Amino acid sequence: MLGKLDWSAIPFDQPIPLVAGAVVLVAILGVLGWVVVKGHLPYLWHEWITSVDHKRIGVMYILLASVMLLRGGSDAIMMRIQQAVAYQSQGYLPPEHYNQIFSAHGTIMIFFVAMPFVIGLMNLVVPLQLGVRDVAFPTLNSVGFWLTATGALLVNVSLVVGEFARTGWLAFPPLSELSYSPGVGVDYYAWSLQISGVGTLVAGINLVTTVLKLRTKGMNYLRMPMFCWTTLASNLLIVAAFPILTATLAMLLLDRYLGFHFFTNEAGGNVMMFMNLIWAWGHPEVYILVLPAFGIFSEVVSTFSGKALFGYRSMVLATMAICVISFMVWLHHFFTMGAGPDVNAIFGIASMIIAIPTGVKIYNWLFTMYGGRIRFATPMLWSVGFMVTFIIGGLTGVLVAVPPADFMLHNSMFLVAHFHNVIIGGVLFGAFAGFEYWFPKAFGFRLDERWGKAAFWFTFTGFYVTFMPLYIAGMLGMTRRMQHYDVAAWRPWMIIAAFGMAVLTIGVICQIMQLVVSIRNREALRDRTGDPWDGRTLEWATSSPPPVFNFAFNPDVRGEDAYWDMKVHARQQAFAHEEPEYQDIEMPRNSPTGFVCAFFATIMGFALIWHIWWMVILGGLGAFATFVVFAWRDHDEYVIPAAEVARIDRVNLEERRSLVSMAGAV
Amino acid sequence: MAMTATADHARADPHHIGVVIEHPGPAPKRIVTAYGFWIFLLSDIVMFSCFFAAYAVLSGQTAGGPKGAEIFEQRNVAIETVCLLLSSFTCGMASIAADVRNRFWFYLGMTVTCVLGLIFLAIEFREFADLVARGYGPSRSAFLTAFFSLVGCHGLHVSAGILWLLTMMAQVLAKGFRADILRRMMCFALFWHALDIIWVAVFSVVYLLGSAP
Repeated sequence: MLGKLDWSAIPFDQPIPLVAGAVVLVAILGVLGWVVVKGHLPYLWHEWITSVDHKRIGVMYILLASVMLLRGGSDAIMMRIQQAVAYQSQGYLPPEHYNQIFSAHGTIMIFFVAMPFVIGLMNLVVPLQLGVRDVAFPTLNSVGFWLTATGALLVNVSLVVGEFARTGWLAFPPLSELSYSPGVGVDYYAWSLQISGVGTLVAGINLVTTVLKLRTKGMNYLRMPMFCWTTLASNLLIVAAFPILTATLAMLLLDRYLGFHFFTNEAGGNVMMFMNLIWAWGHPEVYILVLPAFGIFSEVVSTFSGKALFGYRSMVLATMAICVISFMVWLHHFFTMGAGPDVNAIFGIASMIIAIPTGVKIYNWLFTMYGGRIRFATPMLWSVGFMVTFIIGGLTGVLVAVPPADFMLHNSMFLVAHFHNVIIGGVLFGAFAGFEYWFPKAFGFRLDERWGKAAFWFTFTGFYVTFMPLYIAGMLGMTRRMQHYDVAAWRPWMIIAAFGMAVLTIGVICQIMQLVVSIRNREALRDRTGDPWDGRTLEWATSSPPPVFNFAFNPDVRGEDAYWDMKVHARQQAFAHEEPEYQDIEMPRNSPTGFVCAFFATIMGFALIWHIWWMVILGGLGAFATFVVFAWRDHDEYVIPAAEVARIDRVNLEERRSLVSMAGAV
Repeated sequence: MAMTATADHARADPHHIGVVIEHPGPAPKRIVTAYGFWIFLLSDIVMFSCFFAAYAVLSGQTAGGPKGAEIFEQRNVAIETVCLLLSSFTCGMASIAADVRNRFWFYLGMTVTCVLGLIFLAIEFREFADLVARGYGPSRSAFLTAFFSLVGCHGLHVSAGILWLLTMMAQVLAKGFRADILRRMMCFALFWHALDIIWVAVFSVVYLLGSAP
């Protein structure tokens, strides 16, 4: 009846996951109870859960990422403490639990923190920057988000029901095959990623179509803000790379469920094929994450330097070069696995070449700052912190791209330090910069600068104290994923790293405090103009938060930095604007399709993991029925009358005129 | 003053490339939908390419089991191919009928497409069942694993396509040729033709190359 599921799936003998699970459960129930008692449920359902507004969906993506960041961060704290104490002892975590933690940490941080964070920012900002009303497929957008949330939910269910994979975040066979991992851990891993992978693919298709087909009048390709370009590149990579992940995991699942022989040691299976396939996805994935971050830095640096981006076209070229070359370097993840010197040399050189466009970008940002009037607001701090940190991470990357050096450093703590250096220093700093930068746009008030700066400095310092020692430990020969060790020379570095983790944690607490303080002081921090940073791109041309239709009129773009251009012109023409003739606006209706579909996907995923076949069929039928019901509806749009549009827009224009005239007076 | 300079720089043609053609604005819905679906099809083809790659890697790994030449029946494959190619033609007829709002030809085209698709699936299913019955199931060897996965993946797509086809017919029956339904019909046609293209690759890579002794 319930497949492999019975009471033994709940780890009653392990206090840590059980207590953690109980706390999370109580927190969720508490929040739900509060929502119900306060009567917020209808609001939540109509305005958020069923919303197909790209801004709302973007915010929900970022919320998901933030919550998962806390979960992944807790894993990180546990690992750092374990390695600090597990010198000539077992530490406090049993090996099988430790293995689950580092696997879950990697999986969560990449798939459920970094991915939703950048996709959320792209969702929130790109239609605004392009000057349009929504993404290409609004309902599909909602489906994509909720499927991502399903994946995250399943990973977290594994904490208390069953176990998570003990195989590392990419589940290499033959360890991840049924003979070596008979439990449900790998199944949790694979099905979570399959379901959220569909969500990511949907988001990718949606954003590519949005950028290529939905741009406002006059928004030629070479007038798009840099963030739109990096979004395009990143989502092209999603469309090209995520199907590889889907296929690879499908093969692994076929091996595990139906006794196929893709990656087994028996009957002619080929383990190296998994390595090639997973990294043919895995390396582009790195650029899927970091390219949007590059876009964010471009926007932030240009805005806070008060200058147009230096070398816009070279930046576009560099972005697209990275997009292409990122598919030609995957083998550097396994130089040591016997491809031979010729192949290794080619991929080593390709890996070094990709550093060139990245270097171009760094110089462009520096030259943008050069001669600018720089304001060191929090987003700018993250950007400058990124430049310093990312250069170090990039250089250690070029180092391990040299095959002979890689033979020494492969799978060592040096590697761990390297990829944390680029992912934290690149993606996470970028996500935080974007969060600080666009928060006023999303919510209509700025974030508290003092707490923001404190968060930056603690995170920045904490990062260095945590990860620089890992480089040294790696040089001293420490391999990654060690549950305990007996080498005295490594110990001090592990203790310093644990201390650094504490500093990082203070940074996270400051981030939370910043949010709390800012919400409390939101009236004082209110952004009435829609343009709190003196921005240059179109998202600042509408109010904060933007009306549901974003723009009363699709703006007419005449050059790069469209909004800056408009501001300059408005000043010169002394506001000789007539009131425009407002028209009705058609917007897509909200739809529970995404939520319902994800509900059935959750049921189906859970049933597949535990081999509950009747429930699988039930989930599948439910999902199909949801789509048919969606396809059957007659009214998928509603009309906002011109009078309403005019009322909303007049307020915005009034605020804006007063702003520009004030600036003009100065 | 500096501000004006920046603004001038930002004007249409900062690098003096020549004439700049103004982007006309957001594309109409029909274009957007079809374009997005094309992107999806590309991603689907990337997924198939992984299974093709796996087949290429594993096709020699028979582990003492049968080789391709011993199990492929060319006659069946020929019939399958004819069915699919014909169904692409009838699907095209149905699309044209939908465009000119002709219900009779639409239903006829779709029905024939559906029947041809079902014949294809039946032959494939019989081939699979026959192989399994002879002990040549996907667990027998890595070659058979790759074969069943690649061909089966295409078969699953055709099955999904038939489900979609029937839904499409029901939609036209219930709602008529509405703009959004015509857009869906266009996507369905793209999907069905794409499956045909993939079958041509399956036919060539698996059955033609595999039949060589």
